[in-house]
Amino acid sequence: MKFKFIEEKIAKVLMIGSSIAVFAFVLNIIYTIFRRGLPALNWDMISKIPAAGYYNGGGGGILNAIVGSLYIVLGSTVLGLLISIPVVFYLNVYLKKDSKLAYIARLAFDILFGIPSIVYGAFAFTIMIYLGMHTSLGGGILVITLLIIPIFIRSMDEVALQLPKDLLDATYALGATKLETIKVVLRQIAPGIATATLLSVGRAIGDAAGVMFTAGFTDSIPTSLGQPAATLPLSVFFQLSSPNADVQDRAYSAALILIFIVLIISIAGRLITNRFSKHKI
Amino acid sequence: MYSNRVLKNKIAGGVMFSITVASILLVILIGLGLYLKSVPIFQHNSFWHLITSSEWKPGSGEFGFLPFIAGTLWITFIAVILALPIALLSALFLTEYSKTYIKKWVFTALDILAGIPSVVYGVWGTLFVVPWISEKLAPHFVEYSTGYTVLAGGIVLGIMILPLLISLFVEIFSAVPREYRDAALSLGATKWQTSKYVILRKTFPGILAALILAVSRAFGETIAVLMVCGNIPLMPHSLFDSCYPLPALIANNYGEMLSVPLYESALMLAAFLLFIVVFIFNASSRAVIYKIESRFK
Repeated sequence: MKFKFIEEKIAKVLMIGSSIAVFAFVLNIIYTIFRRGLPALNWDMISKIPAAGYYNGGGGGILNAIVGSLYIVLGSTVLGLLISIPVVFYLNVYLKKDSKLAYIARLAFDILFGIPSIVYGAFAFTIMIYLGMHTSLGGGILVITLLIIPIFIRSMDEVALQLPKDLLDATYALGATKLETIKVVLRQIAPGIATATLLSVGRAIGDAAGVMFTAGFTDSIPTSLGQPAATLPLSVFFQLSSPNADVQDRAYSAALILIFIVLIISIAGRLITNRFSKHKI
Repeated sequence: MYSNRVLKNKIAGGVMFSITVASILLVILIGLGLYLKSVPIFQHNSFWHLITSSEWKPGSGEFGFLPFIAGTLWITFIAVILALPIALLSALFLTEYSKTYIKKWVFTALDILAGIPSVVYGVWGTLFVVPWISEKLAPHFVEYSTGYTVLAGGIVLGIMILPLLISLFVEIFSAVPREYRDAALSLGATKWQTSKYVILRKTFPGILAALILAVSRAFGETIAVLMVCGNIPLMPHSLFDSCYPLPALIANNYGEMLSVPLYESALMLAAFLLFIVVFIFNASSRAVIYKIESRFK
């Protein structure tokens, strides 16, 4: 047999091997967390806040972190959408295709996308100190909003770039102003908004480095924006640093809860995305 | 005279323009803010001294960043060495060989991998990678290793950048027009030869750009790396030594940094270094990617 066919065989085996490796990593990660997290998982974990002495093996759960994370994700997603939809609309409808401003803006969002969350956290922390603010739910929401805006804009923009120009022209021909075409544009980029939200929520709920500086950590559930808030990733992290084996086991269950939430979001998101696609031309 | 609708249109345009410009300014603002915060430390040490000294004694005003920079470079290097071949091969498999339903499965796996929070990667690292290194791998090479090592950081980080690398590669490879492949195949090339001589060669700048993007992602990864690297501020000498990457340094010390003079400034310098590297890497690789995409359009 010619060498090139042998080479082809070897290459193919290596390629299939690599793709299987990707699967193996996913399965191994999920299996490892399940095996260690499931035994310590119980109803108290998700329905109670930490009792006194929780971090030395006392009773209670991590409801504070679950609620804190949900607050932060919800707040930042809403804020993020409010800021990024106008930007995407502006870039794609108001500005011309070859506009310099649009080019610079896209580059800026690409750079913002790459900035590590620890840098956002450090930056926001210095601003908060400057303003005399303490670690709080509001601070956490702001940092996560900064973190997810680039994700929102980049992924919505990708869909908006595919907008047929004829569609916009049709609305203009009917006498609509640029602002009024938003009704048409929004329907068209709805699947993009859904995907973007999905990505952002995933990133927002899993982020630890950004909220570490800004949201702080607490054992109670915050009742206002000015109070510190616990988050799931930090809860996992802090419990794992405990020397107590029981507390470490709870860290694994907390990680399991986190994975559950992320998986549910991604499955739900997929279903929603399909549904939102119905207006797409 | 403007009608109400036209006026609304104008106002909305102005508002949207200012939001857009504000977000562009944010990049500059972050850079400037971090720089201003790290200025005090330059009055005591030269920049060159700071990044080449390996003395780290905040209590006596010695801030040598070399161990941290070295730690970050080490784990990033290992992550890339591990992830690059897997990512290239599986991206080629997905674009050139696989059937649609296999693609769907692999993409689902990649989505899950991309969605797993970094703290969970950290937990997985401490449960799986660290014991594996200290019990199985390290005894063959060194007398003793805790497992919390450069190598553990590299492996965890490598898996974390896999989904980003593969999805970028798939995007780049798919941009190569069908005709290029047909031309190669009609000359009698095998699929692998086509991939090797046409696809990989044609997309080389794109591969480089994607790699730079992944590297800049790896640079900033904090919590997972912090959990598996050991965090000892000494120069690592082998794969089985602990290391202390820059982001971990910032995250670990944010609490007490205000009590030691210049400490805050030193940590902000660490953040500023990360920012600058990420800025340059992202800007250059994006420029390359834009160019490639417009070439094939």
